[in-house]
Amino acid sequence: MAVDAGRFSLALSRRTKRRKLVNLLMQALATLAALGAVAVLALVIFSVARRGASALSWSFFTKTAATFGLSGGGVANALVGSLVIVACAAAMAVPVGIMIALYVSEFAPPRVADLARLVLDVLNGLPSIIIGIFVFGLLVVGSGQSGLKGSFALSIIMLPLVARATQEVLALVPGHLREGALALGASRWRTVLGVVLPTSLGGILTGTVLAVARAAGETAPLLFTSSIAANAVTWDPRQPLLTIPVDIFSLSESSLPADHARAWALALVLLTFILLTSLAARALLQRSRRRLEG
Amino acid sequence: MSARVSAVPQTQPLPSNRRLGDRLGDLGLYGLTAAATLAAAALLVAIAWQVFDTARPAISRFGFGFLIHQGWDVVHNRFAALDFIWGTAITSFVALLIAAPLSIAIGLYLSELAPRGVRWFVASLVELLAAIPSVVLGLWGILVLGPFVGKDLGPWLHRGLGFIPLFGGTPQNSGILVAVLVLTIMVVPITSSICRELFIGVPSELEDGALALGATRWEMVRGVVLPYTRTGVGAALVLGLGRAIGEAIAVTQVIGAGYGIHWSLFATGDTLASRIAGQYQGAATTIQIASLVYLAAILLVISLLVNLAAQVVVRRFSYERTGGG
Repeated sequence: MAVDAGRFSLALSRRTKRRKLVNLLMQALATLAALGAVAVLALVIFSVARRGASALSWSFFTKTAATFGLSGGGVANALVGSLVIVACAAAMAVPVGIMIALYVSEFAPPRVADLARLVLDVLNGLPSIIIGIFVFGLLVVGSGQSGLKGSFALSIIMLPLVARATQEVLALVPGHLREGALALGASRWRTVLGVVLPTSLGGILTGTVLAVARAAGETAPLLFTSSIAANAVTWDPRQPLLTIPVDIFSLSESSLPADHARAWALALVLLTFILLTSLAARALLQRSRRRLEG
Repeated sequence: MSARVSAVPQTQPLPSNRRLGDRLGDLGLYGLTAAATLAAAALLVAIAWQVFDTARPAISRFGFGFLIHQGWDVVHNRFAALDFIWGTAITSFVALLIAAPLSIAIGLYLSELAPRGVRWFVASLVELLAAIPSVVLGLWGILVLGPFVGKDLGPWLHRGLGFIPLFGGTPQNSGILVAVLVLTIMVVPITSSICRELFIGVPSELEDGALALGATRWEMVRGVVLPYTRTGVGAALVLGLGRAIGEAIAVTQVIGAGYGIHWSLFATGDTLASRIAGQYQGAATTIQIASLVYLAAILLVISLLVNLAAQVVVRRFSYERTGGG
């Protein structure tokens, strides 16, 4: 049989070769883009770690800033301030956030639930500096700054995060648990508080941890509400407190290399805390999701 | 007959105090949770009202002319917003221009290309990038990225592309370009993780169909994945834009607090948000503070519009795709 070899050739045509080449090129570009993002993350962490580690010492954590012109000194007041302000903010935001989530997933008619979710998402999308200006106009004008006012500003940022995370986990609670409780004669509120809420405790915890991680790194809301503070360690939230992010911000605007070194060290402390908590929250979330989805 | 009936146990009515307790409990929990939700909605309204109220002295003094005039004269108390509206527009749009192809590419890598074992790991790393606080990124921007842009990247771009106005002028350690790059780093993790979720949501029958017809992976992406998710990707980018417009701290640290309307990316400038953050502690007069809050009011309106638009599109998109309509 005389087969026309040219017509049935298995070699790739020029067009196919081009298509394969374009495909390869695009795959390479996408991979490069992902690599680039990971590289930027590594670069930032690496620079912060390299420059921050040298300034870390015991006195860095236990002393307050040295008076002008002297070297040394620490950031104890900023550490305590961040701790107090974020703890107060969490105390304000978490209960309210959980209640909003309960309303959205257990009580609200679908339309109202959609609207509430929209409100939370819009609240979450507001620039944090607007929140700062809001609390400044509402509480600070006339009466001055305080740690609690800073906490209030941070709690507005945490609220949608806690509520959304909780609500997403509540939606995963299997319907038969609710129905089982109701069929046993339990009332609505006992079903919610006794069955639904405990089942989703892991998710609520995750949302809280994520919100704390976010709030711990926020600068803009605190700039207007709790930034001009005495250089001493105070645990009293009724006074203005210095926090880690605000301290980094003002140190980074300085021109002294010693201030930059302290800013790097503070950044290392903050970054370590935030990366660890975010990672932990992510792992927790995966676990509770797997458990609920079965 | 009667014996049979009595075999069925009589239902016991609940003790009346238990019924009352249940009813009160139901009502209480409902009331509390509904009140919390109402409070969140009220909070949104209160934020808008309070910002405009605090800005009132500046609004009544400068009116809408504030939006179209330039300059920030502290000595004569004459303030206007156009410089900063421009700064916000150029930084966030250029950042989005860089971030858009990057985040689509990363989304595609994470949904289509990455080997299974790596997928979750890389996705987590990209999301960790979003967790870096803006003040830390700003510190890195001012001390590491800034000098790199001023000494290496800037001159290189200027030599190659200096004929384009965007790359005219002298590169410096701080300025719009550094702000753009920092904003890009902030926007990419957000938009790329939304893109990834959108791409994963594309029905695999469609993808497999395209591949079975002989399309290469890229042709499948171009012909099926991207058209299918176009609206959602657009909304994701708008959400990223909203993030870029509102970022204050990191931009304040790297943009150099300049004035004027320049096309050059090497010039210094200021955005609405960075001007507020940068000037607040030096603000002395009532009218200066009110003007800063006026800037915040403009920022609020812009970000509300941007966010609402994106949210509505995202909602409609997921509604259609889940077969709701």
